[in-house]
Amino acid sequence: MQLLREIRWLLTKEIQLEWRQKYSFSGVLLYVFSTVMLIFMSFQSMEPLVWSTMFWIIVLFASVNAVAKSFLQENKARYYYYYLLASPLSVLISKIIYNTILLLLLALIALGVYIILLGNPIVHFPLFMGIVVVGSISFSFCFTILSAIAAQVGNNATIMPILSFPVIIPILSLLVILSKSALVEEVDIDLNIDFLILLAIDGLLLVLSIILFPYLWRD
Amino acid sequence: MEIVPNNKWQTLFLRKDWWKYLAIVLVTYALIGGMLFPIPNMDIVDHTARNLHYHVPMWFGMVLLLFAGLVSSVAYLRTFDLRYDALTSALNSVGIVYGLLGLTTGMVWANYTWGEPWSNDPKQASAAIAMLMYFAYFILRGSIDDEDKSGKVSAVYNIIIFFVYIALIFIIPRLTESLHPGSGGNPAFSSEDQDNRLKMVFYPAVIGFTLLGFWMASIRLRIQYLAEGWKIK
Repeated sequence: MQLLREIRWLLTKEIQLEWRQKYSFSGVLLYVFSTVMLIFMSFQSMEPLVWSTMFWIIVLFASVNAVAKSFLQENKARYYYYYLLASPLSVLISKIIYNTILLLLLALIALGVYIILLGNPIVHFPLFMGIVVVGSISFSFCFTILSAIAAQVGNNATIMPILSFPVIIPILSLLVILSKSALVEEVDIDLNIDFLILLAIDGLLLVLSIILFPYLWRD
Repeated sequence: MEIVPNNKWQTLFLRKDWWKYLAIVLVTYALIGGMLFPIPNMDIVDHTARNLHYHVPMWFGMVLLLFAGLVSSVAYLRTFDLRYDALTSALNSVGIVYGLLGLTTGMVWANYTWGEPWSNDPKQASAAIAMLMYFAYFILRGSIDDEDKSGKVSAVYNIIIFFVYIALIFIIPRLTESLHPGSGGNPAFSSEDQDNRLKMVFYPAVIGFTLLGFWMASIRLRIQYLAEGWKIK
């Protein structure tokens, strides 16, 4: 109960903070618009497979930028204050929930802009939406713990992509495989296995995050 | 000069020599035997099959070194003893060298048997991604000045990337078909596939090259001990 109360309190704090600093989220949105525009200008039209791969690359870059700041936006002194008030588990879980909401919103907006500019080759729309939801959750699980690591390095803009891109490759590969089947008439029968593997990786990352986060937390 | 307490792994790693002699004997045997012993005749592969003794042990060695690095990282997080941080970085650096050697020997071999050095094979890809992750480990470790904090943060990252690497080995083959033995109907290490004449050199080669890797790691660790001024009681 204590945990749930702390999570709710921290989550409200995160959302209020984001609302007060609207320029930060607007910046990420503009980043998505510019990237989609860039791809639209360079490709004009594209194959369905290239379409979905480019979509995931855009979401990946936007997500890294959106999450990288999650442990940096508040100063160190304020974190010491949170140490006194909340357990590491509730801080981690509130960050993961918050990042999931943020990335899901980002991915949906990106998808909207992307479809308007580059056309819509999706055959099974509900399936694709499901993949986007699972993808955002996976990105959030992976990037939250890595941004906590990157935050320890301090003011280094390159460290977050360096740390997270190789780690995200298995997740991204599975998302590309899954999206492929939403773009063709016949749904691949192996789909469930890919979904299960993706969920297994998410579970693995979540367990590792819960075990390892307290070590990053203690300073 | 700081006197550090002694313990089992330190004695085995820095004070005992028998496993280093074993490494010399086994690697010498693998070098001579791998080049000169008769091997079964097969089309296309021909004498490139001898690469089995030098390429595959690199991969075994790499995974075992990285696994030892994982164990050492866990030990660091339990004790916050900086010797474990030094040990992890020593093991991981030799693991990276083995990974790069494995990629290179594989590419030379693939050039003659698959027709091109890089054919986007899943195992090649996952080894390359593992290299990226472990290079990132060293960038991360180097970019934090405070020793204790650097050890803590890099140990956390090291634990994550080892598990992701293991997951990768199972996922990447779903992307593309593998040309490697043991997948896609290619023969591999089951009893009918591998000739006994090859096994006689292959298994000693795996043990020998792995021990050689740990030997190199122990030298790197010794350098670290000298640099830090640690003296074993």
